[in-house]
Amino acid sequence: MLGKISRREFIKIAGTGVGALAVGGSLYKLASDVIFNNDDNGPVVKTPTYCEMCTYQCAGWVYKKGTAPWKIVGNELDEHCYGRMCTKGLSGLGAYLDPNRLKTPLIRKKERGKQVFKEASWDEAFAYIADKMEYIKQKYGPESVALFSHGSGGHWFKTLLKAYGTNSFAAPSYANCRGPREEGYVLTYGEPIDTPERTDMKNTKCLVLIGSHIGENTHSQQVIEFSQAVANGASIIVVDPRFSVAASKAKYWLPIKPGTDIALLLAWMHVLIYDELFDKRYVFNNTVGFEQLKQSVKNTTPEWAYPITSIQPELIRETAKEMAKCSPATIIHPGRHNVWYGDDTQRVRAGAILNALLGSWGRKGGFFYPEKVELPEYPTPPFPHPKKSFKDAVNNKYELANLIVSSGICDATIHNVMNGNSFYEGWFIYGSNLLKALPQQEKTIKALQDLELVVVVDILPTEITGWADVVLPDTTYLERYDDIRTSQGRTPQIALRMPAFNPKYNSRPAWWIAKNLAEKMGLGDYFPWKTIEEYLDYKLKAVGTSLEEMKQVGVKNFERQTPLYITGSQLSRLDTPSGKIELYSSTLASYGFDPIPTYTKHEDPPKGYYRLLYGRSPFHSFARTINNPILSQLQNENAVWVHPTVAQEWGLKNGQYVKLENQDSVVSNKVKVKVTERIRPDCVYMVHGFGSRQKHLKRAFKKGADDQQLITKVNVDPVMGGQAMHGNFVTFKV
Amino acid sequence: MNSKTKKYAMVIDTRLCVGCGACVAACKMENQVPEGLHRDWIVEQVTGTYPNLSMEIRSERCNHCSNAPCITSCPTGASHRKEGTNIVVVTANKCTGCKACMASCPYNARFVMPDGYVSKCTFCEHRLDEGLDPACAAACPTHAISFGNLHDKMSHVSKLLKVRKYKTIIPEAGTEPNIFYLL
Ligand code: SF4
Ligand code: SF4
Ligand code: SF4
Repeated sequence: MLGKISRREFIKIAGTGVGALAVGGSLYKLASDVIFNNDDNGPVVKTPTYCEMCTYQCAGWVYKKGTAPWKIVGNELDEHCYGRMCTKGLSGLGAYLDPNRLKTPLIRKKERGKQVFKEASWDEAFAYIADKMEYIKQKYGPESVALFSHGSGGHWFKTLLKAYGTNSFAAPSYANCRGPREEGYVLTYGEPIDTPERTDMKNTKCLVLIGSHIGENTHSQQVIEFSQAVANGASIIVVDPRFSVAASKAKYWLPIKPGTDIALLLAWMHVLIYDELFDKRYVFNNTVGFEQLKQSVKNTTPEWAYPITSIQPELIRETAKEMAKCSPATIIHPGRHNVWYGDDTQRVRAGAILNALLGSWGRKGGFFYPEKVELPEYPTPPFPHPKKSFKDAVNNKYELANLIVSSGICDATIHNVMNGNSFYEGWFIYGSNLLKALPQQEKTIKALQDLELVVVVDILPTEITGWADVVLPDTTYLERYDDIRTSQGRTPQIALRMPAFNPKYNSRPAWWIAKNLAEKMGLGDYFPWKTIEEYLDYKLKAVGTSLEEMKQVGVKNFERQTPLYITGSQLSRLDTPSGKIELYSSTLASYGFDPIPTYTKHEDPPKGYYRLLYGRSPFHSFARTINNPILSQLQNENAVWVHPTVAQEWGLKNGQYVKLENQDSVVSNKVKVKVTERIRPDCVYMVHGFGSRQKHLKRAFKKGADDQQLITKVNVDPVMGGQAMHGNFVTFKV
Repeated sequence: MNSKTKKYAMVIDTRLCVGCGACVAACKMENQVPEGLHRDWIVEQVTGTYPNLSMEIRSERCNHCSNAPCITSCPTGASHRKEGTNIVVVTANKCTGCKACMASCPYNARFVMPDGYVSKCTFCEHRLDEGLDPACAAACPTHAISFGNLHDKMSHVSKLLKVRKYKTIIPEAGTEPNIFYLL
């Protein structure tokens, strides 16, 4: 076997199309410059940064030889990455070097979507936006402008739009990714999980992953702590219809039928409660609703769950025992991307309840108490109070949602949807390629067509930039300062991002764009600092450091004020209505939802169709790195995973291209078949983010298939408006 | 090789490797490997049928073989050992690009650079001189890659090979590889 895998086959496995990339981009030029003119490049210098290749923000150092870019490595002081960045973070220079970057401000010349622009100066672009914003304010009120943002730079545009008078700030990461997790934990424990996760994985004895593929999903800290758990011999239990990388490291792999996870979780609860394996003192001290829970899971036995989930009852019992044996150092991992079937808040809550039964919240090897450094805001005049809020825009639907649902903004933008009154007339879109980040692309496009103003601030000409009135080229994170990173963790810490390079082309840092646009709009008072250095130094001095010190260390750690875990089994008061862990949620009950999660059956694929599952690759994040000249060398297209018997039925060969057609007759771009035992026969799988339809992204254009395009059916989570995307079925067009 | 030379080895834990490719990216950046070429790569090997499966993931590269066919087949002496070590290196300006070494390497570890000479993994010899681990080992988020001197009985790699089961790749080629895979 071993000798049979040649280098070339590896390339197929890793999905690279190395041969196709033999073009000499700027990366190649850079490489040869450095190799052959090493001596002329001068001394090695390093500059602190924190990563922007995903939203985990690992701190690192950018190395240059003289002024030539060399490499990025993790900062040892940083708990996001412990000095070891993931593949994407290590390849961050590719974002800076990408020859397809937006180069100068653009103003639209033809209708939206036609992608005909004229180049503009920054002043012209700002004047255009300021005029339109004034018009919108007069005619419709400032509340009718919404911001979509993703990533660090969005902060500056929030300040700008708050000053203008709106509070409609959406992030696709809420309704299209992590929202159910945060709300599920807020309902149960009074606090969200947040990033980086408060999971004490490196000390855990038993880790349960449900549809969470750490290793393929490479948020640095999570992968590092996961591998520490594996190295320590922790029991890993993986629930996934796919034999994921994590499953290959697991003691128990439960190849569940997709869509039935809640049944398994209820069966586990049944075993823990009725076999009296749960942490009795902890549950007695810290929870409300145990008796109701016990009643509720009376009949959800492993035997009941077996025909639903296809997991053997003995396996359900054995794994429940394993969790109990290791408790409280057991974690049912809350996952990250949770929008699957529309009952996602309830599913996440079921996991949260299991964690409570095992007593892991606040315990070593379970969930620790994070701390963070609070930095003061730079003083500004008070912001105006919006007369209408985003809650009005969506008619107070999803009252339990703590953030606005992005699809709600689309609905409230399209004329003729909200009784003929559209709520939004202007969109600012910062760093989020909405056509890839939101399902139901047609709806997004309808909304885009109905707007008075669309401003896109981005680095690359993504799909969404084609729909803008004004495109503003942001710098990459390697060419700018950003606000101080302060995030939760075991150690309260802050990190600095400073420019390692001058802005390429005519791009400008996000803070510069927001500040200068604010001045043009007469809102300059809200950006009262003269230089960004002054702004940062003000905040840093307030916590006893300075910009000068941070430039030397990159990351600064502070003393914790409170213990990391509780001692004994008594939690202090939680931020829930009862002050306890809510096994039974009176909040959910009062809004007419199940106070305790219950199982509902989800639709099965019709004959000849397969459930479309999607996930992540360690080489890319979201849809934003597929044009990266370094990462595209590691993976430049995705493949559709097909079980061998299904492949045989359809006559599909490994490596052949097919198209996929979904239940609504939407047909994908052509995509390579990966025939593999690692997937159940009733589903297919692909990595998210490929199949770009933006011709300006030269490396990514038409490479692989776009899962998002095939997701036309979306089940909405009634609790918080999450848009569940695992309910689509596809068939093959050979 | 006498015992004064350093016998460098890499010991890679297949139980920990998740195939994330951080080692590949780190190597590309550290060594400024030109576009489309790689000094290291990842292999995943699946056995069994659904749902009784197992999978091994390995990060692979030049094995710096103790019995290196690339050195003996090189007509110009460009392929040779770095003095005092078992590291196999190529001197660019001696290499004529004849590819004899590539033909003799059973691991497909070598490639031609855009300028016509042959290149491959060097165990990051430039970093060793500064007391650093190779870039791939230093970057691996799972700490799957360990590096050190097998002639030193106290080194981490020596100890790992003492306590863990391991294998090498294509041992039947008789090249005596110095990359070991923990099982
Ligand atoms: S997990 Fe990776 S991509 Fe995300 S911030 Fe960290 S290094 Fe960057
Ligand atoms: S970096 Fe480590 S875990 Fe990732 S592929 Fe390489 S050896 Fe494996
Ligand atoms: S030892 Fe250095 S040259 Fe060899 S694969 Fe690792 S990083 Fe690349």
